[in-house]
Amino acid sequence: MKILVTVKRVVDYNVKIRVKADGSGVELANVKMSMNPFDEISVEEALRLKEAGKADEVVVVSVGPAKAEETLRTALAMGADRAILVETEDQVEPLAVAKIVKGVAEVEQPGLIIVGKQAIDDDSNQTGQMLSALLGWAQGTFASKVEIGDGKAPESTARVTREVDGGLQTIDIKLPAVVTTDLRLNEPRYASLPNIMKAKKKPLDKKSPADFGVDTTARLKVLKTEEPEGRKAGIKVKSVAELVEKLKVEAGVL
Amino acid sequence: MAILLLADHDGSHLSDQTAKTLTAATKIGGDVHVLVAGAGAKAAADQAAKLSGVAKVLVAEDTSLANNLAEPLAALIVSLAGSYDTILAAATSVGKNVLPRVAALLDVVQVSEITEVVSSDTFKRPIYAGNAIQTVQTSEAKKVITVRTASFASASEGGSASVETIAAVANPGLSTFVADALSSSDRPELTSAKIIISGGRALGSAEKFKEVILPVADKLGAAVGASRAAVDAGYAPNDWQVGQTGKVVAPDLYIACGISGAIQHLAGMKDSKVIVAINKDEEAPIFQVADYGLVADLFEALPEMERAS
Ligand SMILES: Cc1cc2nc3c(=O)[nH]c(=O)nc-3n(C[C@H](O)[C@H](O)[C@H](O)COP(=O)(O)OP(=O)(O)OC[C@H]3O[C@@H](n4cnc5c(N)ncnc54)[C@H](O)[C@@H]3O)c2cc1C
Ligand SMILES: Cc1cc2nc3c(=O)[nH]c(=O)nc-3n(C[C@H](O)[C@H](O)[C@H](O)COP(=O)(O)OP(=O)(O)OC[C@H]3O[C@@H](n4cnc5c(N)ncnc54)[C@H](O)[C@@H]3O)c2cc1C
Repeated sequence: MKILVTVKRVVDYNVKIRVKADGSGVELANVKMSMNPFDEISVEEALRLKEAGKADEVVVVSVGPAKAEETLRTALAMGADRAILVETEDQVEPLAVAKIVKGVAEVEQPGLIIVGKQAIDDDSNQTGQMLSALLGWAQGTFASKVEIGDGKAPESTARVTREVDGGLQTIDIKLPAVVTTDLRLNEPRYASLPNIMKAKKKPLDKKSPADFGVDTTARLKVLKTEEPEGRKAGIKVKSVAELVEKLKVEAGVL
Repeated sequence: MAILLLADHDGSHLSDQTAKTLTAATKIGGDVHVLVAGAGAKAAADQAAKLSGVAKVLVAEDTSLANNLAEPLAALIVSLAGSYDTILAAATSVGKNVLPRVAALLDVVQVSEITEVVSSDTFKRPIYAGNAIQTVQTSEAKKVITVRTASFASASEGGSASVETIAAVANPGLSTFVADALSSSDRPELTSAKIIISGGRALGSAEKFKEVILPVADKLGAAVGASRAAVDAGYAPNDWQVGQTGKVVAPDLYIACGISGAIQHLAGMKDSKVIVAINKDEEAPIFQVADYGLVADLFEALPEMERAS
């Protein structure tokens, strides 16, 4: 089985972003960019499935600017076999990303597609579910465990444990399927220096959205982007007694 | 045209999330129909009918709808979509799972986790862990929207909508339910609690978390939250995680204990009315958002707090 993994280049999670003064967006010039953390988890899961003999090839795909090649090289350095960059300078909405990845899937015929639960820039939490809908496949979202063909689940299904609001839910999904990854699924490996060197020579195909007949024009209009209302630091109290007193009398919340 | 609102319920109880989403629906404007789907959904449907602002309740009962599996639930919503121009759900794990599937099947984009209704087609939503707020306008034929319920008050009771039974649609049969492992607790739910006390990595073990945080929670009638670090380390279950990638809460009082205040954590709690931080490092970033900060060792402060409150 082949596994397709989506990876997105996003502002590094350690960066404190700044909103542009003219309200037109977020300052992205000279900001450190990294692979979306959920996508690192996706790549790791695909590699573990391959190492366990459940998959024979891991292909990574990104939709984004030429620089997204760096993100794909990171995934290759972690151990992915091959990469596809669907190059566009547009800000592509989740629906269009899903349509493009569907196009890639029709060519690649993976048995499983692993997508991050959410991208930490736009926080949409949509792409995997949309992709699964467009393909007419099952979806196992917010996965904290994925088991394939280890006796528990019947052949040609994956058993997915999902992080839900009340705790955990386990479901069996028919393959091929889309799984979206949550934080507890695994701890992603770091790429070693030799593997980073090797990754430079691994195959990377370049495509365009038009190759898949997808129009990436944004359908949502962003009217403005602004700073959230700030919160001011309050006071320091000296003791628990003072804290409880303030909460009762001043704030009236106890 | 009308608004279809997917109810959040557990079979017998309608969750408060539905009443909050209803407030957003009312602001968008139009007749609001609430869809209650499940194996047994009648009790929750009757509760939905009592919410003020609901024009009609649709109940769909079928075993295929028992566990909120995305594929049959999305198929049901899509089958109803013709009569609605807006489809709404709370941004719960059910809403987040099913609504993007509905949007894609209808070939429309989704607006995720709105925090404000500016007008019937324009909404505010946080991006970058709440460090920026976008105002977006949609011109889609059908608006598919999830609602961040922490930003909306609950609609009141006092309605008496009609309840209509509708048929489920054929189950696509792509997934099957295996098991639930839900945490059961007598404490209030995180997303509707008035008071929340959260613990971080500083707790050091699941035993200490229980021993130090829970007695204060019980004394205050509070729900319990945790940072990602505490959940990853196994001190607290996953459904307690507060933050950008966990639950977003806005209680009257949020008490952060041994939590440093990473932006991903702040994203989930900085709209709380009153924030208290207990941390032994006076430089911890959490103090920058705290109304009341106490620089102290939590292992001493919390037992004292239990006695004092
Ligand atoms: C007008 C407009 C302006 C925008 N401005 C900005 C901006 O300034 N900065 C910015 O960073 N974004 C911006 N975006 C958003 C942007 O392009 C988002 O990447 C897109 O909307 C997808 O949302 P998401 O990543 O939150 O999706 P999610 O559904 O949260 O993503 C989940 C997962 O889907 C996969 N995925 C998502 N996108 C891709 C991709 N491109 N390639 C491969 N896999 C992917 C990943 O596995 C990811 O983990 C803008 C969008 C619009 C419409
Ligand atoms: C993709 C991604 C998503 C994330 N999503 C979330 C999320 O949703 N929610 C979330 O919380 N985090 C999230 N994080 C993690 C976040 O970046 C932080 O790592 C995490 O919040 C830190 O948890 P903490 O504050 O408990 O631990 P630390 O940062 O280690 O802080 C522990 C604090 O305890 C204090 N302390 C130690 N001992 C004591 C004592 N005896 N008494 C009092 N104080 C003491 C220390 O001074 C310190 O400030 C995410 C990260 C990534 C990359």
